[in-house]
Amino acid sequence: MTEPFDPRPEDLKQRVWESIQRDELPPKDDRGRMRVVMNNLVLHLHPSKVAKPTLKFTYTWGLGGLSILLVALLAVTGVMLMFVYTPSPATAYMDMLALQTEVWFGQFVRNIHHWSGNLLVIVAFLHLLRVFFTGGFRTPREFNWVLGVGLLLLVVAANFTGYLLPWDQLAYWAVTVGSSLLSYVPVIGEGLRNFLLGGPEVGAATLTNFYGLHVAIIPLTLMGIVSFHIWRVRKDTLSIPHKLDGTIDGAESNQVEKVTTLPHLVSREVVFALVMTGLILLWSMWVNAPLEAAANPDHSPNPAKAAWYFMGLQELLLHFHPVFGAIVIPALGLGALALVPYQRFDLSAEGVWFRSTKGRRMAIAGALSALVAVPLLVVLDEYVIDLPAMLPTIPTLISNGWIPFAAVLLLVIGYYEGVKRVFKATACEARLSVFVLLVVSFVLLTVIGIAFRGEGMALMLPWEVL
Amino acid sequence: MTDNPSENVTRRDFLKIAWGAAGALALVETGGVVLSFFSPRVAEGEFGGMIEAGLVDSFAPASVTPFTQGRFYLVRMPDGGFVALYRKCTHLGCAVPWNPSENRFVCPCHASAFEMDGQVINAPAPRPLDRFAVIIEGGMVKVDTSTPIQRDHATDADLVYAEVP
Ligand code: FES
Repeated sequence: MTEPFDPRPEDLKQRVWESIQRDELPPKDDRGRMRVVMNNLVLHLHPSKVAKPTLKFTYTWGLGGLSILLVALLAVTGVMLMFVYTPSPATAYMDMLALQTEVWFGQFVRNIHHWSGNLLVIVAFLHLLRVFFTGGFRTPREFNWVLGVGLLLLVVAANFTGYLLPWDQLAYWAVTVGSSLLSYVPVIGEGLRNFLLGGPEVGAATLTNFYGLHVAIIPLTLMGIVSFHIWRVRKDTLSIPHKLDGTIDGAESNQVEKVTTLPHLVSREVVFALVMTGLILLWSMWVNAPLEAAANPDHSPNPAKAAWYFMGLQELLLHFHPVFGAIVIPALGLGALALVPYQRFDLSAEGVWFRSTKGRRMAIAGALSALVAVPLLVVLDEYVIDLPAMLPTIPTLISNGWIPFAAVLLLVIGYYEGVKRVFKATACEARLSVFVLLVVSFVLLTVIGIAFRGEGMALMLPWEVL
Repeated sequence: MTDNPSENVTRRDFLKIAWGAAGALALVETGGVVLSFFSPRVAEGEFGGMIEAGLVDSFAPASVTPFTQGRFYLVRMPDGGFVALYRKCTHLGCAVPWNPSENRFVCPCHASAFEMDGQVINAPAPRPLDRFAVIIEGGMVKVDTSTPIQRDHATDADLVYAEVP
C-alpha cells in the first residue's frame, strides 16, 4: 500500500497562491471572469453578470458604491483615532488638542473621518432620492428600501454619537439639545433619555455610552445591515433605466444585453472609488474639522445649534410644540417614507426618471410650492402669528401643536388632491409631487436653520450669521 | 374529552406553545439583564444634595443669584419670597442665563424667555423653569437640589418666606 500523493508537493509557491486565489488571474474568457466574481470574497457581493444599461453612470450616480467607500474610509480612520483618544471628560478635549498638534497627520486623519462622516449623510440621502425618483424600490425590492431607511437612521445615529466625542462646546450643547428631544416621547421618554445619557444631564457617563455606541454597536449593526442590503441588491438586480416612451435607456433595442461584472462593473467602481478618495483626501488636506472651546456645562453658546443634519428638526421645534416638532411630525415622516414601496405604483414608471412627462412637471410643481410656502410660513410664524399669545387660555400643546399641525396637514392633503384634480395626475405622480414638496421643505428648513438663524435664534441674513 | 378538535389542545400544539413561551421568557430575561446592566448608576443627592445658600438678609428683594455648582438660581421676589430655579431650560435643556437688563431669563438655544419666578413669557418652552425645594431655618436659606420639581404654572404658593421675627 502506498500513500496517495499530492500531485505537485514540491511547487510550494504555486500551492499557497492557489489555496488563496482559486481561479486563474487574469481570467481568459467570460466564464473565467464570472468564476472569479463567484469565488472571490469581495467581488462575490456582485452578481456574475449585470444588465448593461444599469452601468450608465447618470442612472445610479455611483451613490450606493460611494456610501460603501465612505464607510470603509470611516472604519480605517476611526480605528486609527481610537489609539489616541480616551473617552473621559478629563482627557477627551486634551486628546483632541494633542491629536491636532502632536500626532503625526493627526489633524489630517481626523479631517478625513469628520468629512467622510458628514458626506455620508448627504450621499446616503441622495442615494435614497435617486432610488425614489427612478422607482427603483419596486417589487421585489420593497424590503431593501426599508433596510435603506434603517441604514440612513444608523448613519445619522453614528454621526450624532461621534459628535459628542471631541467634548467641545458645540458637541456638548448639540447633544444636550438632541437628547432632550427624546424626553418628549410620552411615558417612556424621560427614562429613555436618562438611560442614553447615563444620568439626568450630559456628563461622564454620556461620553462612555456614546463612545461604546459610536465605535462598536452602531458600526457593527451598520455593517450587518449593509451586507444584507447589498446582498439583496445582488439577488434582486438593479432596476433598468427606461426612457419616457418605455424603450430601454442605453440600449439599441428593447433587448437587454448582459455583460460580465468583471471587468465592466468592477473597473468602473475602482476608477470611481479612486477619484472620490483622491477628492476627499484633497479636501481634508485643506479644510479642518471644527473644534470649539472645551465643553462648559455652565454656559450655552448663543446661538446653540444642533448638528447641521438636525437643523431641519430644530427649525420645526421653533414653530411647533415639541411633541409635534420632535415626535409626531418626524415619526409620521419616517413612517410614510418606510411605506413608500408598498403604495400602488404605475409599473410602466419603473426605471423612468420622475415617472413620466407629467411626473417631471409635478416634481417641479412640488419644489416650487415648497420654495414659496416654507419661507412664507416661517416668516409669518416668526413675525405675525403667535397662537399661544392669541389663545392664552388654551394649553400650548393645542395652540402651538394641534392647531398648526392640523393646518399644515390640511395644506398637504389639499395639495395632493389639487394635483390630482387640476393636473389630472395619477396617484403615483401626485405622490411624487408631495414627496418632492416635503423633501424640499425639509431641506429648506435645514438651510434656514443653518444660514438664517443668528443670535437668540432670530431670523437674520446669511452674512450676519455665517 | 369532546370530539371537537378545536376545543382541545393537541400535544403538538401544547409543545409549540410551551416552546414559544420559554423562548419569550428567555428574551425578556436577556433584555432585563442588558437593561439593568446599562442603567445609570445615579448617586443619591445629585448636584450635592442640600446646599446652604446664605443668610436671608444677604439677598436683596428683586434679586437673582446664580449658584453654579448647584445649577440653580436663588430668586428673591420683590415681596421677599424665595424660589430656587433649576437653570436647565424646560424646552431642550440648555443652561438659561439671567438677563438683568430685560429682567427675565432668556434661553440662547431657541429663545424661550421666563419671568423672574420662572413663568414662561415666550414659547417654545412648554412649562415654567423647574424649581428646587427651599427651606429657611434660623435665617439660613437652604436649597434641596436632589429632585427638580416640575410645575404647570408658577404660583405664589411656590414662594418661601422667612418667618417674621
Ligand atoms: S432649550 Fe431653551 S429654548 Fe430650547
